Formats: sequence, structure tokens, C-alpha cells
Amino acid sequence: MTLQLARRRVPSLFPYYVLLLVLALFVLTPLATLLFNALKSNAQIGANPIAPPTKFTLSNFSQAWTDGNFAVTMRNSLIICLGSMAGVCVISGLAAFAMSHLDLPGRGGVATYLFLVSAMPAQLFLVPLFFTWTRLHLVDNLFGLILIYWATDAPFATLLLRSFLLKIPRDFLEAARLDGATTLQALTRVVLPIAAPGFLTVALISGLWSWNEFFWAITFIHDPNLRPVSTSFLAFQDENSANWALISAAALFMVLPVLVLFLVLQRRFVNGLTAGGLR
Amino acid sequence: MTDVQVRPGPGLVAADGVPPPIRRRRKWRRGFTAWLFMLPLIAVNVLVVVGPSIATIYYSMTDWTGLGPASFIGLDNYRHAFADSAFREALIHNFEWLGLFLVVPGALGLLGSYLLSQIKRFQILFRTIFFIPYVIASVVNAAVWQNLLSPTTGIGPHVGINTAFFGNPSTSLMSVNFVVDWHWWGFLAVIFLAAMQSVDPELYDAAKVDGAGRWQQYRYITLPGIRPTLVFLGLMTVIWSLKSFDYVFIITKGGPAGSSEVVTTLMYREAFNEYRAGYAASLGLSLAFATAIVLAIYEILRRRRGWES
Repeated sequence: MTLQLARRRVPSLFPYYVLLLVLALFVLTPLATLLFNALKSNAQIGANPIAPPTKFTLSNFSQAWTDGNFAVTMRNSLIICLGSMAGVCVISGLAAFAMSHLDLPGRGGVATYLFLVSAMPAQLFLVPLFFTWTRLHLVDNLFGLILIYWATDAPFATLLLRSFLLKIPRDFLEAARLDGATTLQALTRVVLPIAAPGFLTVALISGLWSWNEFFWAITFIHDPNLRPVSTSFLAFQDENSANWALISAAALFMVLPVLVLFLVLQRRFVNGLTAGGLR
Repeated sequence: MTDVQVRPGPGLVAADGVPPPIRRRRKWRRGFTAWLFMLPLIAVNVLVVVGPSIATIYYSMTDWTGLGPASFIGLDNYRHAFADSAFREALIHNFEWLGLFLVVPGALGLLGSYLLSQIKRFQILFRTIFFIPYVIASVVNAAVWQNLLSPTTGIGPHVGINTAFFGNPSTSLMSVNFVVDWHWWGFLAVIFLAAMQSVDPELYDAAKVDGAGRWQQYRYITLPGIRPTLVFLGLMTVIWSLKSFDYVFIITKGGPAGSSEVVTTLMYREAFNEYRAGYAASLGLSLAFATAIVLAIYEILRRRRGWES
């Protein structure tokens, strides 16, 4: 028996690591070219599109920053991002609290409804929404876009937050009530501190979505001075077609904040974003 | 508010000493409070989603241009859609897209998650790397591949290929789909891995005792163990394939010559370039209807086969 165990060699993990490395290169090589290109001149890119730079230049960044009006569009994106984060946290925090702790009548139906709403294509309401927003002067208006993000992101955020809040025992709430707290006070003083990681996850996800979002942004913001980075980047790409040095530098403005946040808080991002797929 | 002491008669007192009418009122008030907390969500949802969705039903039966009044034309838009070769072609593209989008990221995701599940060291590192394209904006991912696959500045000319992958009608749809697959598969791998990690480890121990190899363990324990996740993501993939818009719009705008047109990009152009808002509404509603059918099929299968857990 012992002899048999000793003879059966532990299978080597080497092939697994080789394959994983191949997949990792498949992901990273295209992204690395983004960084390389931003540091090269356009002539160097033409010579070899995936080689690392031999002579570094930072002029692409300064030129892209001013040509692409990134000071303005990054500010717009930041406003949209923070507004969306704050609103989604409040709206879905209240809703998730009602579904998890307040015996919301018909909460099963509400959960199904929220899932259906987040599964439905935006094309279902796009056309009338656009013309309603035009009439309400919410086209070319940052708040008009934020309002759409609140509505489209809150259903998923509510379902996600509810799963966090369900873990908080109801006794905590009853205890707060006995101490004379109103329901809203119980939410802000008892539930909020305990569920802070859940709220952070929801804030990160809604922030990521609104920063990267393209479809609503291109439809509802036409004024170049109000554009977020996603659509202004596309416009910049069109204006500088085939100047990949400049385009890559511009892309990095958009990517780097996201990438840094993701790498620092990756566990929160991954857990939150995959929660919707685990059913 | 003054508290009126009600002295309940015999038979009116419940076990907890609260008379039923008051209990009922308290319950009603609690329910009301709960719905008050739902109010902001419902308000924005009605304003942005539900209201316009209902309006879509109406406008889909009009000849509305988006400006001015709309006149009712019954089901003409739908009849037009059936006869519209552009719509039919876009729908076929959606199905081709679905086939690719089910197979390519699904296979890569399963492979990636399997490899990840077999290792301990560097697992988090690889998982993080695979996930990165998913958090990068569609416009940037599109630009990266537009550069790499360009017939003039990309890798192609250096290895003797000068196909314009996005600019050639026979490759445009596939090439755009490839970019989406590239950005998507790592997300699937991470979800599959999370599902795998919740499979009961005792099952693997039992299989090892029975002498099952790695592949057999994967085939008979892992795959059935993550079936609910696989089925659910399969369903979502169908829905996402119907909805896909961003990458097509960003990279090819549906061209060249409609070769990568999908229903969403066609609808977008009908609404905002051709000023046929009524017709666009009918296309949008058809898309939602197809989504509803997929969801219903999933629900029926789930109930009948007990895929819930």
C-alpha cells in the first residue's frame, strides 16, 4: 500500500502553468501595446506595433491631454461617476433595506421584477426616453445622464445589497427600535456601519459602470464640453485616426484610474461583479 | 397623538396580548413604511424604464418621426420589419453572433477556470489578470484591437497578412465578435471558478478513492456541480447576444455594407439617422419580446428540472 502510494507520482502541474501563462499573455500582450505605444513615436509604432519602446517620450501624454480636452472630459466623467455612485447607493440602499428588514409586502415579486428590469434590453425604452429627455431639457445635461444610470444600475445594485443586508440579524434592528430609533435612524446608525463593505462594493461597481459607459453617453450627450471620457475618447480617436501613439496615451488616461482601483480592491470588484452571474 | 387605552373584551386578545385590529393596522403601517423606502427606486424606474417602455408599445404602432405628432398605423411597422431585408440580415447576424459568443468565451472560460482550480500558487494573480479586460472600457478595448488588426499599422503586415479584418465584409462580424470574446472570457472563467469552489470537496475525495482521474472528476463532479451557473450564463449569453451594441457601433457602425449590422445598431440608425422613431420602437419591442421568450423558456426548464440549486 505504502509502496503503491509512493510509486504513483504526483502529476506535475507544469503543463497547467504553461497553459495559464499562454492565456495570461493573450490578455496582457494587447494591453501592453497600449502602454508601449503611448511611450513611442508614431514612426516607431509603424516599425513594430508590439515591441517595447527603445526611446521613451512623454510628449504624447501632454499633447493628447490638451488636444483631447481631457481636463474637461475627465471632470465630466468624475461628476457623472460620483453622482451615479452616490445616487445608486442611496436608492438601492433604501430599497434593499426594505426588502431585507422591513417585511416589504410582495418582496418576492419585487426581486423578480428587479431581475427582469436588469435583463431587458435598453432598446425597449430607448426611443421614447430620448424624446422625453429632449423635452425635459435633460439631453446634453450631466444630471440627465446620471438619472438614467440611477435607474439602470439600481436594480442590480439592490439585489446585490440585499444579499449583504440579509446577513445582518434582525435583532439588531429590533434593539435599535426599542432604544427609540426611527426606522431611518436604524438604517443609518445600525445597518449602514455593518453593511459598509457591501455599500463599498456597490459604489465601486456603479462607479466603474458609469465611468466606462458608452451607449447612453453617446446618445444623450452631444456637446463636446459635456462629454464623458468614453465618448470623447472615441471622438479623439476619429480626429487622430491611425496616430496610435496619441490614441494610446489618451486611452491610458481613461484606463489607469480604473486599473489602479481594480488592482487595489480587486477582491471587492470580483465578488460584486460575479455575484450577478452566480445563481 | 394620545394613546387611547382599549380594554379588549374576552376573546379579542391574541397570544401576544395585542388585539387583532391593532395588529392588523400595525402590519399595514409597517408595509406602508417599507414601500416608502422603495419609493426612490420606483420613481426613477417608472420615469426612465417603465413609462418609456409602455410608450414604446404605443409608438411602435405609429409612423412617428421623433418630432411632431404621431399617427396610428396599426401593425404596419411589424409587417414592414418582416419584409425588411436589412432587418432580416441583422437578425441572422445576431444568431451568428450568438453561436460564436456561446462557444468561444464559454470554451475559454471553462478552460481557464479548470486550470485555475488545479493550482494554488499564483491562482489569485492569474485570476486578476484574466479579469482585467472586463473592467476596461469598451472604447479602449476596441481601439487596442483596431490598432493590432489594422491592415496598415497592425501586426498583419509584419507577418504577411494584409486583411482589413474590420473593413472586409466577410470578416467584419467575426472580428468584432472576437474583440468581445477577448474581453469577456476571463469574466466567465472567474465566475466558473467561484462556482467550482462551492462544489462539495468530499465528492472529489470520494471520486479519488474510486480511482477517478482528473478528467473524470471534472466530467462527473465539477460540470454537474456548476450546472446551475452554466445554464444561467447560457441564458444570459442569449440575451446579451440580442442586446449587443457597443463594440459593433464603436468599431464598424454595422458596416461595411451592413456586413456586421445587428438589430440594435439597425434600430439606432432608424431612430436617430433616418427619423423613423415609430419603426425603431417596433424593432426595440421585438427585441424585448425575444428576450421575454428566452426568460420564459429558462423559467419553465428551471422549474421542471429543479435547476434552482
